[in-house]
Amino acid sequence: MPDQIEKVSIIISKGSLDEVYPGLIMANGARAEGIEANLFFTFFGLDAIHKARHEHIKLATVGNPGLHFATLLGGLPGVSSVMTHYINQKMARVDIPSIPELIEMIADSGAGLYACKASVDLFGLEKNDFIPQVSDIITVGKFYERAAGGQIIFT
Amino acid sequence: MPTRTYADIEVEVDAEGFFTDPSTWQEGMAPEIAREAGVGELTDRHWQVIKFMRHQYEESGSGPTVRVLGKTSGVGIKELYQLFPRGPAKLAARIAGIPKPRGCI
Repeated sequence: MPDQIEKVSIIISKGSLDEVYPGLIMANGARAEGIEANLFFTFFGLDAIHKARHEHIKLATVGNPGLHFATLLGGLPGVSSVMTHYINQKMARVDIPSIPELIEMIADSGAGLYACKASVDLFGLEKNDFIPQVSDIITVGKFYERAAGGQIIFT
Repeated sequence: MPTRTYADIEVEVDAEGFFTDPSTWQEGMAPEIAREAGVGELTDRHWQVIKFMRHQYEESGSGPTVRVLGKTSGVGIKELYQLFPRGPAKLAARIAGIPKPRGCI
């Protein structure tokens, strides 16, 4: 089957729960199908691999019409935490792993995890700020090199 | 339905090579299916996964995903991908003669 996808490079550029999960699930699913996968974390997406933050990724409750409640309400103190807790419980019930567990799974599957150099510099971070599964901090140019011969998915 | 011949027995498979009737599978077919799927020689560790897969299917009617395999088969995720680089759950299910496991994670 020549039309089969052999390789994907997935960019995670945002740091809210609902914007981190899709890229992770797609990367994990790619590996499960035998597809080579790379994950590139950029801008606020870096939170997903940040040692101190990756266990506390929150659902966006402001500017998220999918939640179907007033933006004003979503901005009240604690609402994001409560909604995050609610959705995490809901996901646990259908056996969706937490973000740290999912990332560990993806790394164990042999996928490459990379942090974007420009964003790392912007936020004044270094390799040590990231979970050990992160293989490297790379430039955009290097990312394209790693992505060569495959599909690129931006999330 | 396409057919394949493993251990001199003709069996029906789907377009991706998964058995359409798991009851037609026999252990003796596994090495040939593995070779065809690019897995190579089956070791004891491969067999542990294949037998677990088969057992789960018989218990629950569907094959486990990679995550479930990693948690319950006694073979961790890293090793699963070493044993079956082109997709552990998918390949082990094919070799075990059961349908492709469903589920996104």
